[in-house]
Amino acid sequence: MAGKTLYDKVWESHVVNEDDDGTVLLYIDRHLVHEVTSPQAFEGLQLAGRQPWRISSMLAVADHNVPTTARDAGIDDPVSKLQVDTLDDNCEAYGITEFKMNDLRQGIVHVIGPEQGATLPGMTVVCGDSHTSTHGAFGALAFGIGTSEVEHVMATQCLVQKKSKAMLVSVDGQTGPGVTAKDIVLAIISEIGTAGGTGYTIEFGGDAIRALSMEGRMTVCNMSIEAGARAGMVAVDQTTIDYVKERPFSPSAHHWDKAVAAWQQLHSDADAQFDKVVRLDASSIQPQVSWGTSPEMVTDVNGQVPDPASVDDPIKSEGMQRALEYMGLTPATAIQDIKLDRVFIGSCTNSRIEDLRAAAEVIKKRKVASTVKQAMVVPGSGLVKQQAENEGLDTLFTDAGFEWREPGCSMCLAMNADKLEPGERCASTSNRNFEGRQGQGGRTHLVSPAMAAAAAIAGHFVDVREF
Amino acid sequence: MKSFTQIDGLVVPMMRSNVDTDAIIPKQFLKSIKRSGFGVNLFDAWRYDDPGFPGQDASTRQPTKDFILNAPRYKGAQILLAGDNFGCGSSREHAVWALDDYGFRSVIAPSFADIFFNNSFKSGFLPIVVEEAVVERFAAECEASEGYRLSIDLAAQTVTTPSGDVTTFEIDAFRKHCLLNGFDDIGLTLQKRDAIEQYEAARKQSAPWLFT
Repeated sequence: MAGKTLYDKVWESHVVNEDDDGTVLLYIDRHLVHEVTSPQAFEGLQLAGRQPWRISSMLAVADHNVPTTARDAGIDDPVSKLQVDTLDDNCEAYGITEFKMNDLRQGIVHVIGPEQGATLPGMTVVCGDSHTSTHGAFGALAFGIGTSEVEHVMATQCLVQKKSKAMLVSVDGQTGPGVTAKDIVLAIISEIGTAGGTGYTIEFGGDAIRALSMEGRMTVCNMSIEAGARAGMVAVDQTTIDYVKERPFSPSAHHWDKAVAAWQQLHSDADAQFDKVVRLDASSIQPQVSWGTSPEMVTDVNGQVPDPASVDDPIKSEGMQRALEYMGLTPATAIQDIKLDRVFIGSCTNSRIEDLRAAAEVIKKRKVASTVKQAMVVPGSGLVKQQAENEGLDTLFTDAGFEWREPGCSMCLAMNADKLEPGERCASTSNRNFEGRQGQGGRTHLVSPAMAAAAAIAGHFVDVREF
Repeated sequence: MKSFTQIDGLVVPMMRSNVDTDAIIPKQFLKSIKRSGFGVNLFDAWRYDDPGFPGQDASTRQPTKDFILNAPRYKGAQILLAGDNFGCGSSREHAVWALDDYGFRSVIAPSFADIFFNNSFKSGFLPIVVEEAVVERFAAECEASEGYRLSIDLAAQTVTTPSGDVTTFEIDAFRKHCLLNGFDDIGLTLQKRDAIEQYEAARKQSAPWLFT
């Protein structure tokens, strides 16, 4: 019999019941909650007269709607305010742990879970948010769910699921200097496409993934969903265990050794069978820049905007044409000739301490280009912000002309006041370049934090390796 | 949950790939704490020339002339034809709520994003996967014939064209059962309460650190 994949192991340890047709009742260990996708679930619970099954499994935070400027005055937008107040009220009513807007521990839900040790190896983790895949970096099975399933988990601690197929994406060898986790994952999406992972759970492996820090692994797993996979995972190793140790929600000293012994089994067996295997050569990956309105529309920093006429498939070609019209770009334009109006460093993809260090390192006492209207840095959590300030990174950013903001989702999806104006072009460390994602009519180019910082200084994209 | 048995509905073709949930219902409308009222903002950025924001008076909006849903012949459409990877992007169930609230009951496409697909069933909304060539044929027939309707029969798992041509589709047996009967799946899961409690008790022994 073939060995087991990491996915098999975590899945099997959470099966409560399995029907003959393979429909499984899967137990959920950690339920992260934010303000946008939870109010209707709480309402459903109340209307049905049900109670949450296990309140200690839940951790809540408001992140999408919160302002990233001074928060003493509260939230200006009454509609946003009502959504955040509703989360506060629901958490209070049920006794759910919540980090409120002015709590130092507040931040983006996918940053604070790992930061607090609320995300642990081997867990099942869900949240009403597609970027829940982030937590798979810890050898957890983590995926986004809709509001009806949020209510289902609240009421039953379980989800009705069918097992997906397993894909191994192996990034072999070593990346070159200046090539980051973000470039790796964009290169993977470029290779397999935005629907390439549909129906699969992806395990990311290979030397280049093993060499990443936990922050880097989170960046890769975060964008599994942009490759179509609800969940991405990385096997547990010493890097994982070292990160988890002594965090507020991590196992106590009493349970630590037993937990570590269990976690050390969380890797695919040498003879495990995957339904699909994709291999990339890490040394061939260059810094990436997206040019279109889908995360698969991405190329090397030294490349150029492609020509839809060169693509045979008519639907794909029309999609490219539509993307170029929206983006205001013409085929064969060099990526490095694309000029920026704004730069956004933040989001659940790239707002952790390592991301901010990488961006700050690029600056080298230079200034944001005068042609760039705004360059902003939005730390992923209050604790990331504090750590960065302790290291003096905030001063490096503000001296160069970047704005240093309060934590939240911010301009990744522009639900708060941070947004692009129609036609504005932004170098962004976020995860989605969809039409209107960062503000109606706004144009998004996805890049790594180092590439974003370099673009802010140059005013256009540049190869960070030569900057 | 709302049930789905069969419909005979007007069809609208929107043969784009990768129609994402930000396009289906833009983020500014996700601030609502209700499940209803999203239909008026379905495809908002494509459907109107003026910018959309919550609480707007819909009668003052400026519909985009060449957007297909604004064509009089497609008014009242219940079945949407789409390209690959429909519903990609965020987990927002608001995308399904918006389609449903607008009056759609089903989307027929060559493929769907997993989370959107999963969310659909929770609102009695049926995503149907058929081969790309079949969707394209439906779309071509639809464009050629005003008032083109398709008949969907969930029990029989068929889509029938006006000329009587029948296409079958696959659906998971459990989902079909829930959809036909309009079952509340939380209620179904809670029938297994004992199994959940037993699992939890065993897990507390084997992995106690998960329960502190």
